[in-house]
Amino acid sequence: MTAEVNEVLLRSLTPSVLGILVRRGADFAAAEDAVQDALVEAVRVWPADPPRDAKGWLVTVAWRKFLDATRADTARRRREDLVDEEPAPGPAPTVDDTLQLYFLCAHPSLTPSSAVALTLRAVGGLTTRQIAQAYLVPEATMAQRISRAKRTVSDVRFDQPGDVATVLRVLYLVFNEGYSGDIDLAAEAIRLTRQLAAAIDHPEVAGLLALMLLHHARRAARTAPDGSLVPLAEQDRGRWDTKSIAEGVEILQAALARDRLGEFQAQAAIAALHADAPTAEETDWVQIVEWYDELARLTDSPVVRLNRAVAVGEADGPRAGLAALAVLDDALPRHAAVAAYLHERDGDLATAARLYAEAAQKAPNLAERAHLTRQAARLNARRSR
Amino acid sequence: MAKYLLLKHYRGAPAAVNDVPMDQWKPEEITAHVQYMNDFAARLEKTGEFVDGQALSPEGTFVRYDGEGRPPVTDGPFAETKDLIAGWMVIDVDSYERAVELAGELSAAPGAGGKPIHEWLELRPFYGVQPTVTE
Repeated sequence: MTAEVNEVLLRSLTPSVLGILVRRGADFAAAEDAVQDALVEAVRVWPADPPRDAKGWLVTVAWRKFLDATRADTARRRREDLVDEEPAPGPAPTVDDTLQLYFLCAHPSLTPSSAVALTLRAVGGLTTRQIAQAYLVPEATMAQRISRAKRTVSDVRFDQPGDVATVLRVLYLVFNEGYSGDIDLAAEAIRLTRQLAAAIDHPEVAGLLALMLLHHARRAARTAPDGSLVPLAEQDRGRWDTKSIAEGVEILQAALARDRLGEFQAQAAIAALHADAPTAEETDWVQIVEWYDELARLTDSPVVRLNRAVAVGEADGPRAGLAALAVLDDALPRHAAVAAYLHERDGDLATAARLYAEAAQKAPNLAERAHLTRQAARLNARRSR
Repeated sequence: MAKYLLLKHYRGAPAAVNDVPMDQWKPEEITAHVQYMNDFAARLEKTGEFVDGQALSPEGTFVRYDGEGRPPVTDGPFAETKDLIAGWMVIDVDSYERAVELAGELSAAPGAGGKPIHEWLELRPFYGVQPTVTE
């Protein structure tokens, strides 16, 4: 009998298996390598010989891999201690282990790119090769990044409570990277955030999960078949994933009812208001502006105020939007694009076309550059007609 | 096999035949152009000749060392006269003739009026490896 190994299910066992090894006395870096080896072996062996207890199998194999590696090591004293020490069975507090792993992999001593890579490997169970492909870097580079990250956190005690906010920032970064190669990073971020939400009761974790679900629901509508961007107002709302939206809204409402507002809940609320509008014209921009006000209060971020200017332009007219924009630094990313949009709404097509072309020059990626150039072209074509 | 770098310039190459700034094209002409570029890369992947392709933002800075204990000196944005690379594609092909053929195809990407841009691309051979058999 051969069956495909359910890779996502297999990977979901990674954090609890790793947690058990660490609790048995393995150091984090070696335990993490051993768990990776066990995952690779599972993919090889399980199709012909599926285990009855998948997690038990992984723990046994990973522990054996760990002991083999330790034996091969020159650290003899440590080896003898560990070989004598038979693994204690008994219930392992797996939820806490999972949570501790998130904290460790998002430790403030790590750079964002290291924290992302370590989280995807140690919590997500992805291989170094998969992570390297997803971030378009050579595998050797990613391997170095991960082993450096493991060294950085090697002295962190595993039972130290961490800061949920740092974990959320890492998961948000993974989500925003979208997808390239075989691994869908957005879907992986949702899976990891869902797993985190099961391990800790925290309104901002719920807020981030809701935000991801609401954005992910629009993914199919966000790009045209030729790969070009479709702005929110022009998206075919029939292609939005209503199941994902319903789940996001439900999670968000439960979080908001706790009355401990945070930036992810506020962002999710804005996404929910967009998702709720049957057509772009029916969007409740007044409420969206109110949420941007909350968000600006919570984060003090100029990017938030830039987005707020767009919402003000919709709620109170383009002149009001331009007034809100006027107080912001025009070096902000996407400032020219927002200004172009508001000037077009205000009927000043010449200024709008010039600003779209300028925005295209500053675009952070090719898809946006093409989109903004097309906007400039559209207005120039209309003006010369 | 030999590797070649195909360089596309924002500025600095001789003027293209169909030299109209992109924001003066029709929107559908831009779409057609992007599609052509994507198809070209996909086709080279299929023939086993594609190595890498990247696009660069027109913004940038010159940087140089300024001595022990001092921050590097930066100079930018680039002057209007600077030769400015827009992007590259690395191909691995059997001959110089094949490299020229492919560069020619890339230069035929459609532009304003749906007509080929006839853009000048820079074709640069990589230094090869020391051969194993030397005599």
